[in-house]
Amino acid sequence: MKLILATTVLALTASAAFAQQTVRMGTEGAYAPYNFINDAGEVDGFEIELGNELCSRAGLTCEWVTNEWDSIIPNLTSGNYDTIMAGMSITDERDEVIDFTQNYFPPADSAYVALSEDADITGVIAAQTNTIQAGHVAESGATLLEYATYDETIAAVRNGEADAVFADRDALVPTVEESGGELVFVGEGVPLGGGIGMGLRESDDELQETFNAQVTAMKEDGTLNELIVKWFGEEAATFE
Amino acid sequence: MFSFCTDPDTLGTLPWLACYLTTGVHLNFYAAFGTVLILLAVTAPTALAFGFGGAMAARSRVAPLRWFGQGYIAIVRGVPDIAFFLFFVIALDQGFEYLRHVTLCPDWDQPIRQGADFLVCPEAKLPLGSAPQWAHEGYGFALAVLTFAIVFGAFAANVLYGAMRAVPRAQVETGEAYGMTSRQTFRRIVVPQMWVYALPGLGNLWMVLIKATPLLFLLGVEDIVYWARELGAAKTPRFTAYPHPDWRMWYFLALLIFYLAFTRVSEIVIARLSDRLSRGQATAAGEAMRRAGA
Repeated sequence: MKLILATTVLALTASAAFAQQTVRMGTEGAYAPYNFINDAGEVDGFEIELGNELCSRAGLTCEWVTNEWDSIIPNLTSGNYDTIMAGMSITDERDEVIDFTQNYFPPADSAYVALSEDADITGVIAAQTNTIQAGHVAESGATLLEYATYDETIAAVRNGEADAVFADRDALVPTVEESGGELVFVGEGVPLGGGIGMGLRESDDELQETFNAQVTAMKEDGTLNELIVKWFGEEAATFE
Repeated sequence: MFSFCTDPDTLGTLPWLACYLTTGVHLNFYAAFGTVLILLAVTAPTALAFGFGGAMAARSRVAPLRWFGQGYIAIVRGVPDIAFFLFFVIALDQGFEYLRHVTLCPDWDQPIRQGADFLVCPEAKLPLGSAPQWAHEGYGFALAVLTFAIVFGAFAANVLYGAMRAVPRAQVETGEAYGMTSRQTFRRIVVPQMWVYALPGLGNLWMVLIKATPLLFLLGVEDIVYWARELGAAKTPRFTAYPHPDWRMWYFLALLIFYLAFTRVSEIVIARLSDRLSRGQATAAGEAMRRAGA
């Protein structure tokens, strides 16, 4: 009897401790359609919907937190939140500092966008700070102009500060389509990075396994591809 | 917010604007003005208290206390605000968590620093991982207030230190002649009279503090600058019912007007306060008032 009581109490406290733990999900909120702030002032987008689905499947309580892109990794490692879902490509440099789950968005092209098709993509190129695109521009020999947010890189092209902007093609597509012909793609897409994954602290192995398992499950039952098509359109790259 | 806002495409300019300006994001933007005002309302007295303590410590007769006070003033005044905000807040937060970790989890055997990660036991996290979002925001805000108070407290300490020394020595001497102790002369003569000397310096600090509030953004508090940038960015129709081109200029113009109006009102209040404090003082302003009244 005592033993049963003791185990029940243990089980109760264990489940209480587990249920209590909220997973804080860090995002940027300025990179539509991956993540953005909607009209109601709440975070919205592909990653928000995906993250919520992953959390509910894993039985976790999740809460979204927005953070500047520039300090998004330091604030993860210092424990202000537990995951990053912010359109962050998996790269070797980042993998040295944090861990990633498997990608939930397949490797996709980055592209140049400018005011005209004959723009000089070896001239002044705008890119967001600390992105793989910024790294690529720096290596390509063009003059790199860095901005804190994606919106500012687009604004820089519109007002002529930069010859072109270099960013994820999937983020640029809605911007170009809605610009009414003002903005156009220049040249071919450039494949960069190993897809987008969820960033976690290197010490958080348990959470990493949990989310990895859920991403695998969503890949297998096709729900992940449905989400990608919903947010990025039919032409977007999906998982096999 | 309004019932006619359900389909913004059909609206004329003015109703559209009315709907646009009352979206949830805009309400967040307006609330951020409240955040800034609360920050100022809490920070100013706290910084003044820090300054008062610092000034008293700096003129203490106990050497270690004096060194502490003078060291505080010298170090904080000498470090750029931005460096202070970026470094100190993280150090402060981790310091708190470390202390809680040591007291709450004595059995924890893993290292706290693992590579780039700073790891304390879950019970020592501040706020707790299970705490609701408002607790995290409140904690961030409190850290911001503390940091602002420490930075501006150092400047206030220097101002008050000077003001305490500016109170005419003859007055303190008179008090002493009546048999008051140094504590009594400080409380009854120096403190009531020093404000008129401190006011120009403190007024300056208040103005600088108002203008320094956008630094909140660095601390992860979503302030008016954050929302102005977010709202002003060009919006495509795909992700919002209210698409518009790059409107950052207008939002920042609104901020400019807000800050100008706020500092103007402050100037008027400070001028009134200065008049009030100069009354009956042996200063040029007090003398001018006496002559005008006579």
